[in-house]
Amino acid sequence: MKYHIDIDDRADERRTVCELYSNLVTRPTGATVRKAIEDALADQAEPNMTVIDFSRVTLLDFSCADEIVGKLLDAYQGAKTRPRTYFLIRGAHGAHLEAIETVLERYDVAVIVQDDTGSMSLIGRLDDGARRVWQLVRERGAVVVQQVEQELGTTMAQCTAALDELSLRRLVVRRADGFVALPHAS
Amino acid sequence: MTSVITVPPSLDDQTFEQVLEQLAPLSAEQKVLLDARHCRWASPYGLTALLTLAQTRVERAGFAGPETEETASYWQRAGFYEQAEKLFEMHGHVPRPRALGGESNVLLEVTPVAKSDDVHDVVEKIQAKAQSILVNELHLDPMATMRFAMTLSEVCQNIVEHAQTAGFVAVQTYRYRQRLGRRVVVIAVCDAGVGFRKSLESAQGRKLSDRWDDGMALEDALVRGVSRFRDPGRGQGLAGVRRYVGKWDGKLTIRSGTARIALLPSWDDDLALKEGLSPFPGAQVQITIPERVQGR
Repeated sequence: MKYHIDIDDRADERRTVCELYSNLVTRPTGATVRKAIEDALADQAEPNMTVIDFSRVTLLDFSCADEIVGKLLDAYQGAKTRPRTYFLIRGAHGAHLEAIETVLERYDVAVIVQDDTGSMSLIGRLDDGARRVWQLVRERGAVVVQQVEQELGTTMAQCTAALDELSLRRLVVRRADGFVALPHAS
Repeated sequence: MTSVITVPPSLDDQTFEQVLEQLAPLSAEQKVLLDARHCRWASPYGLTALLTLAQTRVERAGFAGPETEETASYWQRAGFYEQAEKLFEMHGHVPRPRALGGESNVLLEVTPVAKSDDVHDVVEKIQAKAQSILVNELHLDPMATMRFAMTLSEVCQNIVEHAQTAGFVAVQTYRYRQRLGRRVVVIAVCDAGVGFRKSLESAQGRKLSDRWDDGMALEDALVRGVSRFRDPGRGQGLAGVRRYVGKWDGKLTIRSGTARIALLPSWDDDLALKEGLSPFPGAQVQITIPERVQGR
């Protein structure tokens, strides 16, 4: 299922988590927003995909980005239980992305970002091999290990390791018939 | 007995040291009168640091403001007197606020910062005024307004997170003839709180080296991104500020205790680290962003 979290107060059907501030600045504000997202996600059945939409956020500073994105992804991607919650960031402009990328580097996590044209990119920390595999999954929509091996010219072991990592970090979806890119997973 | 502290005619981060040198031999209980009658100009750092100084005195300090009407009026429009009247025992003429519009060079009047909501207010105010000055007058790229507000937010948060007391912020633009011959926008954020050394010392389990002092604490915080908090996300605010200031070819200085560290641009020949300064509690931050020379 797909779940949309709008960081703003004008959403209707989507769940809104921040109604108090026009600018996402300071740690207490970020912690409040993250708590609201976590509470909202607690009700969701797995697997689920959560879109965090910044399109109506004017300003996001580093501290707030750390509290919202850094700690949220660190908690989900680093959790022992590995919850099957997939995150997608949407509506983030240049300065938002600078703040988000900075915090992702610190936590050694990565996330998928969708720009205004619908194009997907991956930001944060991920080794080059896994990044190339993610790019291929994104282009093809769905892959099996053998296909990645053939197209990228790497070993089966490397492909399996990269896909496992991407799956564990909730950047692709593992299914019985292979691995699927996020937008195709709903 | 009251000790008179003479405020230099031009008050900025460098000349404020003269004020602190006069203050150094006096105990915090000693009554002082800050004599700014002959002061003709003050940077945002000068104004916010004066207020911060008042916070450090056990007995309410006296203050005699500039005699020149033009200077006193500017300080009034910059919001200094509104705060000063709450902290000082005022002597002599205190200019009254005028009904008509604000000062165009003042991007943010002297504003107290104590809690997270204050940072929100500061950011809201600065966004309204910064765009036209940063982009149209200082020729910074259009993204600069956002980055500038982020920078301001992060330095103000240092007070909320670490100072354990209220501080002050002010932002102004002026022509920096002395070193640059260009316009600059200057952010000053001053507090008289715990300072960097004590803040880092409060980190649990932190081992202090033999050379541990204010200078090293500043190096740890600014250069190595160390924070008193242990979670990995801490220290990013200052690191982000540092990156933006570098991008703008700007200058960042932080004074705390008896030391001052500086991130230096090519146009400035200041020292990267000054130690053995007169002691002053808290942290005093200044960011100077120069007008971009078009074509570069």
